[in-house]
Amino acid sequence: MFWDWQFVGQILPQLAQASVVTIFATFLGFLIAALLGLAFAIGRLFGPRWIAIPLIGLIEGIRSTPLLIQIFFIYFVLPDAGVSIGAMTAGVLALGLHYATYCSEVYRAGLANIPRGQWEASLALNLPTWRTFRDIIIPQAIPPVVPALGNYLVALFKDTPLLSAIGVLELLQTAKIIGSENFRYTEPITLVGLIFLILSLLSAVIIGFIERWLKRHVMRS
Amino acid sequence: MTGFAYLGVFLPSLLEGTRVTIEITIGGCILAAVAAFVAAMLKLYGPWPLRSLAIAYIEIFRGTSALVQLFWMYFVLPNFGIILQPLTVAIIALGLNIGAYGAEVVRGAVIAVPRGQWEAAVALNMSRAQALSRIILPQALVAMIPPWGNLFIELLKSTALVSLITISDLTFKAQELNTTTYRTIEIFSIVLIIYLVLSLFITAAIRQLERVAATGLARGRGG
Amino acid sequence: MAGSDAMVCFDKVTKRYGNFVVLDQLQLEIAPGEKVAIIGPSGSGKTTVLRMLMTLERIDGGVIWVDGEPLTSMRRDGTLVPADQRHLRRMRGKIGMVFQHFNLFPHMTALKNCMEAPCAVLGLSKTEAEARATELLEMVGLGDKLAHYPAQLSGGQQQRVAIARALAMRPKVMLFDEVTSALDPELVGEVLNVIRRLGSELDLTMLMVTHQMGFAKEFADRVCFFYQGRICEQGAPQTIFGSPENERTRQFLRAVLEAT
Repeated sequence: MFWDWQFVGQILPQLAQASVVTIFATFLGFLIAALLGLAFAIGRLFGPRWIAIPLIGLIEGIRSTPLLIQIFFIYFVLPDAGVSIGAMTAGVLALGLHYATYCSEVYRAGLANIPRGQWEASLALNLPTWRTFRDIIIPQAIPPVVPALGNYLVALFKDTPLLSAIGVLELLQTAKIIGSENFRYTEPITLVGLIFLILSLLSAVIIGFIERWLKRHVMRS
Repeated sequence: MTGFAYLGVFLPSLLEGTRVTIEITIGGCILAAVAAFVAAMLKLYGPWPLRSLAIAYIEIFRGTSALVQLFWMYFVLPNFGIILQPLTVAIIALGLNIGAYGAEVVRGAVIAVPRGQWEAAVALNMSRAQALSRIILPQALVAMIPPWGNLFIELLKSTALVSLITISDLTFKAQELNTTTYRTIEIFSIVLIIYLVLSLFITAAIRQLERVAATGLARGRGG
Repeated sequence: MAGSDAMVCFDKVTKRYGNFVVLDQLQLEIAPGEKVAIIGPSGSGKTTVLRMLMTLERIDGGVIWVDGEPLTSMRRDGTLVPADQRHLRRMRGKIGMVFQHFNLFPHMTALKNCMEAPCAVLGLSKTEAEARATELLEMVGLGDKLAHYPAQLSGGQQQRVAIARALAMRPKVMLFDEVTSALDPELVGEVLNVIRRLGSELDLTMLMVTHQMGFAKEFADRVCFFYQGRICEQGAPQTIFGSPENERTRQFLRAVLEAT
């Protein structure tokens, strides 16, 4: 038959559990991406040339090559270098690194939009650099780019199934296992697709709200 | 680095995988472009049933993971009696995935053409189809080229996923070599470089296309 | 009711944007070959009159008659029903429009701009369309600029191409929507000269929204002063400009004169 609702009921608990893994990987990965991305952006914009230029190379290299390869690289290479890490750690690191490069571009745009006058005023007030960044620049740079960051969060979420390639028990891997154990792939994979669809549509709505909230309460110009 | 002496062993296998990767990329790009145009036109100008179909296509393929789509077509379609070659599945899944993003690029570019162009076309009594094909789309096409370049590179990167449905692309070959020789760093470094080169190639081609299109239009940007 | 021999007739035509009434039961008749200038402050509905005639805006009330037939309705079994595409296109073909910002097609040469619609819409062959386009471009004084793209032409030249392009469709009514307002002052004259020539050489009904009072005075057969969606006053140019009856007309003309 085409669709077995009983089977669906059977496997939903497993899928629910796997969702937790997926969501965990998503947020952890994005945390790394958001923070590392900011570091990349600042390093690239304000760092000395011997940092900025290799950084540009690294960023472009990571952005232009498949995430899957990067996942394999980190998962297989790090143990060779003596660092033994589990699949989840490797996966989250790869996701974080990959999306840090996208986030760094977003931050770059946000930072570039800060009017020159803000920098000049901070200088005139003799504020130390780190304070300038912390209290003046970053609070102004971040809110406009939050929606773009949100979109990358969703994109990262949609890339978590790649972790199935190194055995992380997220949604797709779980669906595959269910499928091969029961010789029925239709329900598990379709359900996973639906879960992704619902969650990403939901996220789009939430990001829309955040964008509007930011416009009203935080950004005034 | 004695590892790189293995280069002679790796390269033939990797190049064979590269060939498959390029095949899928080209096939996927063509499908993506076609799907994007059709979906965008339907979403902009189609009757509501077709417009809903286009919107559903765009939201579903953008809202779910490329890998999930790939697996779905590979594992689930046979259940419905649709049995396809893995290569076909790959091209269709990836092409439709990128096509959904492409549809928004096309739509955005068409909407961005100044309203005055539409009005001039109406004033000259052109039908909507005539206005679109002769006036609006030629101008929209130029604006679309850079974002499409990015989408093509995304498609190239997503071809790595087909290794997970046992297609012998570059990533599959890399995995294969890795499990037999364990020269992970060398293999994956070379593979990363190959992908990088392919993506630079796409970037260069797009830049050339931009130049060609701009000479046609830069001579005539006015009004 | 439609004057039986009026070329254009606005019969109690109303246009609304939300709650804002742009045109309020407008009554306006234009005879064939008549040249009417529409003047007035911004927001008075002048441009809307032209845009509704060109079917760029929908009609919210009343009927517009062109050449004896309703523009956006058609007769079926004795009553007026909304027009189908065929009727609309047929009616639209009688009207041509020149825009304030030219709206030339940037990816086509001047010649191609003028050939495109005759080929696509009127079904002319390439040779016929090219001949007609060349003739019209020569008439507007751009016979040597056929292969130029809009970006290579000055504003005045672009507007003249736009005029030739509209004429290539052989409309019966030509609409000019502030066609010199976007031009540098020294380029205004060449466009007005072309319009003057058209007026004398071709038998066209012309409706123009303009701020060029001097031109309107010597060129127009009739001047309509619009105010808040209605014709406040209309008549021969000498009357309107020389001895306007309405106080608002006087105020407007005073303000315009002070500005120049």
